[in-house]
Amino acid sequence: MATQKMVFSGFGGQGILVLGEVVATIAMKKGNHVTWMPSYGAEMRGGTANCAVIVSDSLIGSPIVQSNIDILCAMNEPSVTKFLPKLRAGGLIIANTSIIKSDIKAIRNDVDVLPIDASNIAGEIGNLRVANMVMLAGFLKKTGMFTMDDIKEVLQERFAGARSKDLIPLNLKAIERGMA
Amino acid sequence: MSQKVLMKGNEAIAEAAIQAGCKAFFGYPITPQNEIPEYMSLHMEKRGGVFVQAESEVSAINMCYGAAATGARVMTSSSSPGMALKQEGISYMSGADLPVLMVNVSRCGPGLGGILPAQGDYFMATRGGGNGDYRTPVYAPAYIQEATDLVFEAFDVAEKYRTPVMILLDGMLGQMMEPVEIKPRPPVQVDKSWVTIGDTANRKPNVVNSLSLLGDVLEQQNFERFKKYEQLERVGVMVENTVKDGDEIAIVAYGVPARIAQNAIEELVGEGIKAGLVRPITLWPFPYDTLANLPASVKHVVVAELSMGQLIEDVRLGVNGKFPVHLVNRCGGMVFEPAEIAEAVRKIIKGGV
Repeated sequence: MATQKMVFSGFGGQGILVLGEVVATIAMKKGNHVTWMPSYGAEMRGGTANCAVIVSDSLIGSPIVQSNIDILCAMNEPSVTKFLPKLRAGGLIIANTSIIKSDIKAIRNDVDVLPIDASNIAGEIGNLRVANMVMLAGFLKKTGMFTMDDIKEVLQERFAGARSKDLIPLNLKAIERGMA
Repeated sequence: MSQKVLMKGNEAIAEAAIQAGCKAFFGYPITPQNEIPEYMSLHMEKRGGVFVQAESEVSAINMCYGAAATGARVMTSSSSPGMALKQEGISYMSGADLPVLMVNVSRCGPGLGGILPAQGDYFMATRGGGNGDYRTPVYAPAYIQEATDLVFEAFDVAEKYRTPVMILLDGMLGQMMEPVEIKPRPPVQVDKSWVTIGDTANRKPNVVNSLSLLGDVLEQQNFERFKKYEQLERVGVMVENTVKDGDEIAIVAYGVPARIAQNAIEELVGEGIKAGLVRPITLWPFPYDTLANLPASVKHVVVAELSMGQLIEDVRLGVNGKFPVHLVNRCGGMVFEPAEIAEAVRKIIKGGV
């Protein structure tokens, strides 16, 4: 891996910024250079939020990702419309197919598609807010960028304190279900 | 493993300021710098400082004036239109020789403009919007690590030279996250016999004021003040320069646009176009000497900025007619891609611009 450019995109509230932050944190802990850049324009509730994460083995120049995306993590339909054209040939799209109904292969037959039924799985677990963690399973399945243990370490830091007893098992369960 | 933590630029700057001994923060909310006062409101009181959300930016900078007169490390932050409101206070603090750290997480203008990143505050920061003869040291980090390092430097310079100093970044650096390791260092030891803290039992009262009605006295005060500015021009310039002998293109950019320019340079070098970067880290004092002494191999100097041609004026002063100087710019919150800068350079080489 020289440089990986990733975009995480979805509705505001789907946990897209946190998902990007978790991936960036794991990559940082593995000794990489990372940047995390949110879209901070005049976003509205229910609108599309996104963040760009760059992971590199050398100093990162521009933290902005406007083209040649390596991995697109799309949690809603507008994310596909906006970012699929910017995915590089041979790139990977991890798509939340609970919500995304577009036939991605029909739009881009030169990219790798990993469908994950993220929102439905999260609903089955009983908490829609962990749909982002179900999406994280895509990274375990397809990229080899990190392991389940790496995720556990970051979640333990993130949810340190009183809530950890409930939240860590819930999030891990979400990831495991995404792997299945 | 690394001691680094992933932090937003705004939060990292706030944490660095606390670790640098900032004892008083005064501010007023404005995007995209809100994480700074938010962080300060959460942490300052717990760690022996004070946080006040003022009723306006004008009020906040004048609170800085009062608190700085006690000798405490004092800070304010804002974004472009808010910094415009502070200009009177900056002039007064300069006239009263008061140290303060001001952070401007700039957005696009003029006027209220928008909240997206831009660099249109270059003139306001480096020339000043306040009245009278004064200068403001301005630091322009391109990385969050550098931003936190510069907090310690800026506080030291403010106290050593008894002047307001500014850290100028754009909304991108304030909003993004990068791994950072805050590296505290002890504050510079300076004479603070001038402070006004009510201990007049054993000395005459100190006066902290910018009023000076006698021409010969004020002239002398200004001469003295400019001696410290001249000292800063001699020892305070900071710049990253990767232009080598043999390079034909020198791109000049500061802040996050310098990182974008760096990617453009990698693209150009990959095509066999020899290019390097001049990245001013201090915008005042400006690295004029670096530009005056660019290698003779340079054919074009290209300025990449997110404003309508502000940085380019200092670049022209430095280059002083030795090389042609070209502008590549976006504004209004639009940000160039590396490919856009690279394409502009190709056109310049062909003589199209």
